[in-house]
Amino acid sequence: MWKILNKKKKYDDVSYLEGFPIYFILGLWAFICLFPIYWVFITSFKEAYVVNDGPFYIPFVDFQPSLHAWEFVLMQESVNTLRPFYNTIIISIISALITVFIGSMAGYALVRISYRPKIASIFFFLLLLALSVYLVAKLKLDWRIVVVSSLSVFVLFILTLSRKFKSSLGNNDIGFWMISQRILPPVVVVIPIYIFFQQLGMLDTYPAMIITYVAINIPIVVWLMRDFFYNIPIDLEENAALDGASRFRIFTTIVLPLSKPGLSATFMLVLILCWNEYLLSLFISLTDTQTLPLMIASMNTTRGPQWWYMSVIIIIMIIPVIMVALFLYRFIIKGLLVGAIKG
Amino acid sequence: MNPKISLEEKLDKQAPAVFIMPAVLIVLFFSIFPLIVSLFIALSRLKFIKGGVQLKFIGWLNFKKLLFGSQQYHFLGKFDQLTPVGFFLLGLFVLAMFFWLYRYIKSKKISFFGTIGRVVIALGLFFLVLITLINLTTPKGLPGTLVVTLIYVILGVMFQFLIGLGLALLCVKKIKGRSFFRLVFFIPMMITPVGIAYLFRMLTDMTKGPFSPIIMWFGYEEASWAVIPWGARIAVMIGDAWQWIPFMFIVLLAGLESLSTEQKEAAIMDGAGGWEIFRDITWPTLLPVSATIVLIRLIEAFKIIDLPNVMTNGGPGIATESLSLHSYFNWRTMDLSGSAAVGYLLMIVAVFVCLSFVNLLKNKVDLAQR
Repeated sequence: MWKILNKKKKYDDVSYLEGFPIYFILGLWAFICLFPIYWVFITSFKEAYVVNDGPFYIPFVDFQPSLHAWEFVLMQESVNTLRPFYNTIIISIISALITVFIGSMAGYALVRISYRPKIASIFFFLLLLALSVYLVAKLKLDWRIVVVSSLSVFVLFILTLSRKFKSSLGNNDIGFWMISQRILPPVVVVIPIYIFFQQLGMLDTYPAMIITYVAINIPIVVWLMRDFFYNIPIDLEENAALDGASRFRIFTTIVLPLSKPGLSATFMLVLILCWNEYLLSLFISLTDTQTLPLMIASMNTTRGPQWWYMSVIIIIMIIPVIMVALFLYRFIIKGLLVGAIKG
Repeated sequence: MNPKISLEEKLDKQAPAVFIMPAVLIVLFFSIFPLIVSLFIALSRLKFIKGGVQLKFIGWLNFKKLLFGSQQYHFLGKFDQLTPVGFFLLGLFVLAMFFWLYRYIKSKKISFFGTIGRVVIALGLFFLVLITLINLTTPKGLPGTLVVTLIYVILGVMFQFLIGLGLALLCVKKIKGRSFFRLVFFIPMMITPVGIAYLFRMLTDMTKGPFSPIIMWFGYEEASWAVIPWGARIAVMIGDAWQWIPFMFIVLLAGLESLSTEQKEAAIMDGAGGWEIFRDITWPTLLPVSATIVLIRLIEAFKIIDLPNVMTNGGPGIATESLSLHSYFNWRTMDLSGSAAVGYLLMIVAVFVCLSFVNLLKNKVDLAQR
């Protein structure tokens, strides 16, 4: 008798008695997620004395909201919020575009073209690289001479000796190598990049910021787009190839239009990552290309914690991201998972 | 022959290289090349002089300073004689490691590199556990940036995973409004950590924050979390957890949803309880996904810098200073070689911990996938 009753009751169905604690806990967690955002939001409408007098929770009931912080941040010339805002938009959009373009080309190539890089030439390359760094740093040779000569030695090696070696890597190894770059802490690589741009006099310029952001985000794009291109049927491309279309034409006229959803989702993900980037801009930008995260971080030291202005800037900073995120959250989760799921 | 076509054909011949080279070159130039240069900087004394930099090769002195010299307190923390509790915990850990190696030797799948790798993992973990115990369980010991980072990574990720798992297990039941909750939980992930740091500074303000009435009611308004080392560390970890628990939750929920309900129903008919179902059915299916997201979070957690920098500025003292922040502070005082040395040590520790994690779990995940 009991067994029959149990059989009718599905495991996942929830009775009201069970449902209440579940809703309670979920509601509590939703509250935990939203309350800080709510608090920033109302703080941005508070006057200084309202903040200093103690906690007030509900606008119009507890305190009279005012727009003074918004006016101050957006209108005042001296604050100059618009400049970092503008910087962040420019840098993240351009670098996201470049990243997606280069990354999807590489992702496509990893799916459709098979590569067999020789292990020997990779080792030789690393050896030459270390040697040339040593020559420049220790023996003070001109770096242009070193670069040109070691590159020519390398090309010579590829054309002649490398054919003698048999063992080589495949596409999966290249993909894995790209993804494994994420494990590198940015602090390790950022100092040489800093010195490099300093030597070129390119610190605090848009190109420097953009290319660094591109380099950091390419692995994610390669991995995501590789997964995406796997699922595009190959027939269309084969037909086009039979008709004599070149690979570039196939890529730009067939593959890219077909993968619009994937491209746009990846673009949004990279955009958000660039938008929130902190450490790299901390090192590479000074004043001209300062981005929003840096501006928020530096507000404390210059003016003391003026929470009302800070809240406005935080709101300005997170609203676009949340808008993007709400539309695309399924794709972005997949993006965050990049690196561990084997394609 | 039309020259235009021939140009296109020529380009098409080079297509494989043209497609992949931009990405490979950029990644090479911005990761491998800096990595080698960084090693050079870490092994030398670097000075900015007029019109360039001056490098003087000094061997591993920068590392020696961090590991044994004047900066030891900063990197490794302060040492003291282990207490009995510390010895007991260390003994437990050593036993566990021996058991792990013993099982490997008994499994009859021994290879030369496998053995070496496992011994290295065991020794490295022993060193990390020893340092942690010396720093944390002895009366005079104080954690340096290494152990603080490990606390953020290990404790932080563990709690994030457990809470995320709990929420996901709750939420997999078919209740109304699930997609709403999922959207709400997703929002914190997208906010920049700098913003979160300020958010939490605002919220944890003892006299003006939203929770100050509660704090006042308990009579703690004079105290401040920012001056207690563990208070500050926990505050940083809460900020991190607020951002990443939702991530754990969403991914684990996706994993749980792929689980078939038939198995569970069959188990219920056989009289299995909730815990048995979790242990025998849910957990094995969830293990690969769990390992994956924990690994991702481990990798990312080692890079933590924005939260401690903004929330506590590394203080009180160096109590909340992570390795990345340590490196940044060195850089700010123009000690570039010290900064590179810390960065290198961070990379070694991060790679080691992540590889150990993968290796320790590999067999279990393989079993679960079968």
